[in-house]
Amino acid sequence: MFWNEEIETMSRQDLEELQLKKLQSTVKRAFEKIPYYNKRYSEAEVYPEDIETLKDIEKLPFITKDDLRESYPFGLFAVDINEIKELHSSSGTTGKPVVSGYTEKDLDTWAETIARGLTMMGIGENDILQNTHGYGMFTGGFGVHYGCHKVGAAIIPISTGQTRRQIEIMSDFGATGLIFTPSYGIHLAEVALEDGIDLKELNIKAIGFGAEGWTEEIRHRVEELFATKAYNIYGLTELMGPGVGVECCAQKGLHIAEDIYYPEIIDPNTQKTLGENTPGELVLTNLEREGMPVIRFRTKDLTRLTYEKCECGRTHARMSRITGRSDDMIKVKGVAIFPSQIEKALLKIGDVEPHYMIIVTRPNTLDEIEVKVEASQNIFFDGIKEMMEIQNKIRKSIENETGINVKVTLVEPKTLPRFEGKAKRVIDERNLH
Amino acid sequence: MKIKQLSIFLQNKMGSLYKPLEVLTVADVNIRAMCMADTSEFGILRLVVDDPIKGKEALEENNFLVKITDIIGVEMTDSPGGLTTVLRVIKDNLIDLEYLYAFSHEKEDKAILLLHSDNIDTLIQVLTDNKIPIVPANEVYNL
Repeated sequence: MFWNEEIETMSRQDLEELQLKKLQSTVKRAFEKIPYYNKRYSEAEVYPEDIETLKDIEKLPFITKDDLRESYPFGLFAVDINEIKELHSSSGTTGKPVVSGYTEKDLDTWAETIARGLTMMGIGENDILQNTHGYGMFTGGFGVHYGCHKVGAAIIPISTGQTRRQIEIMSDFGATGLIFTPSYGIHLAEVALEDGIDLKELNIKAIGFGAEGWTEEIRHRVEELFATKAYNIYGLTELMGPGVGVECCAQKGLHIAEDIYYPEIIDPNTQKTLGENTPGELVLTNLEREGMPVIRFRTKDLTRLTYEKCECGRTHARMSRITGRSDDMIKVKGVAIFPSQIEKALLKIGDVEPHYMIIVTRPNTLDEIEVKVEASQNIFFDGIKEMMEIQNKIRKSIENETGINVKVTLVEPKTLPRFEGKAKRVIDERNLH
Repeated sequence: MKIKQLSIFLQNKMGSLYKPLEVLTVADVNIRAMCMADTSEFGILRLVVDDPIKGKEALEENNFLVKITDIIGVEMTDSPGGLTTVLRVIKDNLIDLEYLYAFSHEKEDKAILLLHSDNIDTLIQVLTDNKIPIVPANEVYNL
């Protein structure tokens, strides 16, 4: 089953011709309409007419999350605000958020990528899709929503939380498709089991995973609990939202909608482009975006690409599961956190030289973060009450900075490891990759 | 008059009390009185020693987090009601005590009560006014 058979199964040669044409026009528009690109490309002495082959994309400088942030809020828009129909943003937990703007056509393109993905998962007009992704500035909710409208399935826009109500609705409405983060899915299943509801008896046809890392074991567990197949969905707010890549029935990698996103893999250290099947950092380019074309975005996600035709018949490149990050970002409960935010939070409460360690665990199904902080003269008082207050102040400061509630543990001085060079502040015990 | 107490930050885990005490042993610092306040994760070890400055230096050389806190010691009768007599005065004068601990004195029938309040000067004043004997710091260090 294909949503857009012509595009999804077109020969590599035709696809690459299409990509080149779209890349040329994207670069030209960006150069002409967006001062950021005009400046960056002029400084690098590379101009739209230098893009003669797809390989020429390598001449263009990369764009990073920091660049996007500096353009906050609308600095990278290629159209006037009257053409923008919707605005989204990343959680903004790492400083200024990244804003994404969509024209009418962009929303349709976004829906197209999700529609292809839902079709890959076997979701069509006869289905009822329960979307547990949060609706709001987060792109996960609305992206799935629009795609679902496009394929003609009925959407249950229930959003996150209210676990027991989720289960009741799932069962009463007869949902046939579910969208959730793997950890929330397992949590749902466990609550259902507690209540004596056998999820295997619901007629779930497919599950779409998004927004966090997971292992094959987690996939198998979810598939077993719901007696159905689970497919990975990948995407980023910076590029549009979910739908950049979705897994097909073969479950052998995520098909990137290559007529819409141009993928590259680079060595994060040398920044050189790497070949097929070589692990490296994923770099993405919008080939079909009016509102805010993003060119050569460094995702910092580590994966690899294969261009081999898939057994499902699709010719579009497939990326493997994300195997890690090229920076020190960690994703907890779907929220991106950098150690530097924890440091900032500690500095704010007056710890002049914070020594800390972030320990991420998943004791049952939900993520937990513990931040161990070495007590120092500035945050040590001769009173349990004062020390509890300090602990609480640190916890609140971290919550303000990251949006995540963590457990703060004060430890004795010089008991945390010291690093020469780059500090390794995170111990991730979740075994996600 | 004020006693310099050592307050030491410790994690609440097996063996954590032993290490600072060992440091003091090696430094030949003698402990006169001690008390431990603890939570499930950390604790504050409070010590009165014969030489607080030397004790603090030795502990800090061994990476312990130490603060010197002023407390006072009062003499009370080592018999039923001895402690309540002192506490009544403090309570009636609306002074909030943060913590206290006590140990018996070498003097017969006497005990020493160690007190900490955020209003330590007011506390001293009230105790003096009520003729409760405050023990000089040196007497406590050299018991």
